[in-house]
Amino acid sequence: MSNIGTKIYGWLDERYDLTALVEFGKKKTVPIHRESVWYYFGGLSLFLFMVQVMSGVLLLLYYRPGADQAYESVKFIVTNVEFGWLVRAIHSWSANLMIFAAFIHMFSVYFTKAYRKPRELTWITGMIMFFLAMGFGFSGYLLPWNELAFFATKVGTDIVGVVPGIGEFLMKVLRGGDDVTGATLSRFFGFHIALLPAIFSAFLGLHLMLVQKLGMSTPIEYEKADNSNLKTMPFFPNFMLRDALLWLIVLNVLAILAVFFPFGIGPLHWPLGLKADPFAPAPAGIQPEWYFMFMFQTLKMIPGKVLFIEGELLGIFAFGAAGLAWTLVPFWDKKSARGEKNKLINILGIAAIAFIILMTAIGWL
Amino acid sequence: MATTVNSEQGSSVNRRGFLNFLLGITGLGWLASILYPVLKYLNPPELPEANISSLKVGKVDDIPYNSGQIIKFGRTPVLLIRDSEGTFKALHGVCTHLDCIVQYKPDKELVWCACHGGSYDTDGNNLSGPPPRPLEKFAVNIRDGELYVAKGEA
Repeated sequence: MSNIGTKIYGWLDERYDLTALVEFGKKKTVPIHRESVWYYFGGLSLFLFMVQVMSGVLLLLYYRPGADQAYESVKFIVTNVEFGWLVRAIHSWSANLMIFAAFIHMFSVYFTKAYRKPRELTWITGMIMFFLAMGFGFSGYLLPWNELAFFATKVGTDIVGVVPGIGEFLMKVLRGGDDVTGATLSRFFGFHIALLPAIFSAFLGLHLMLVQKLGMSTPIEYEKADNSNLKTMPFFPNFMLRDALLWLIVLNVLAILAVFFPFGIGPLHWPLGLKADPFAPAPAGIQPEWYFMFMFQTLKMIPGKVLFIEGELLGIFAFGAAGLAWTLVPFWDKKSARGEKNKLINILGIAAIAFIILMTAIGWL
Repeated sequence: MATTVNSEQGSSVNRRGFLNFLLGITGLGWLASILYPVLKYLNPPELPEANISSLKVGKVDDIPYNSGQIIKFGRTPVLLIRDSEGTFKALHGVCTHLDCIVQYKPDKELVWCACHGGSYDTDGNNLSGPPPRPLEKFAVNIRDGELYVAKGEA
């Protein structure tokens, strides 16, 4: 058996120089320090993304897009198909956990300033994937074509239309018309299963390549200390096995959540509810998924007019500007790039987290 | 001798520059010839809408006092209200804030949007919450005990 393995390895090595890759892998190390725990969350997001791909492919076997079939097919999946409820529950739970893991990954990279030179593009590709993940969430939310999804999508796409100049065009492109209809569903389905996965995979590949190229970032204070004292562990097999253990634990947590709470718990819920009806009043309790809640709540609290600007326009611009500044942080945080402490970054980060938590809490209460 | 070489190099650089310029222009034209149809394709065509000017809703007596319902005025949802005094009012049923469908709240005798808690009076004027504009009014006519909703104010 091992003989065959050696032969295959030899065959490949002769052609593609596998030994160089193995040597590279042997040299790969992970720094050990008090902040090391944060290194796990990127890998965890990746693991949950893989769960999403696999459970998504399974859902595709029965899901049918279209205003007269989508709701029925999801109902069929959760009621008739064996373990269909489980696959849908895994897909929903894993989506939420993935966004959560990505949030932690993003904030930990932010607070440890791991985005600083030379890892600016690693941060940018990560932020792009973060926005794409939100796009996945938003487009996937509509696919069951139920009442909640219908109105959440109406609101979400209407917000786009407020942007001056291109807003109307963008909104029509997103909706496939002036209103949210079956045409919107077709488009969102295409975004969710083809367009977004294609773009996401490209950025994921780039992100992982950059991580390999540059290695793990060490926080400034450890980097400045005498480097020879800094302990490291080999990636293969030490860190990889730890990663694998965490993935296994999370897979179990995911299974427990999906089995005991297939439709979610508390504010994290995705009941199928009623089928979308474009001529029914919006039901009470319309809310977006938790990671959009702080924006939704802020828009709700801004009055219709602030001075002479429409409130929602102001809100959208504020969020757009904040998101852009956040994404570009490696380029304006010059201090961290020089290896100096930058308290302003920490204050802004804590303010952002406090704002998100506060607004989300108000939204849920 | 040296000058000739230089001038030859110069001319070849110029020729290369010129060819690159042409290539660039061709490339842009090629890109535009792809992007233009794609952008046009993304923008959905206008669907012809049956031009309804008036809609028969039903018998006046069948509609209870202090109630509201959404009726399909072509593709437009219209909120038909009968207030507690029996007067009929029809309003465009789409919230001016973010496009949700509004409803009549009999307990407060108000029009309310569940998405962001905006409210309007039964004449469509925005009272509280985020809505920036009033709801458009539709005309209500009664002929032979039948109720008709029509475009424009009565």
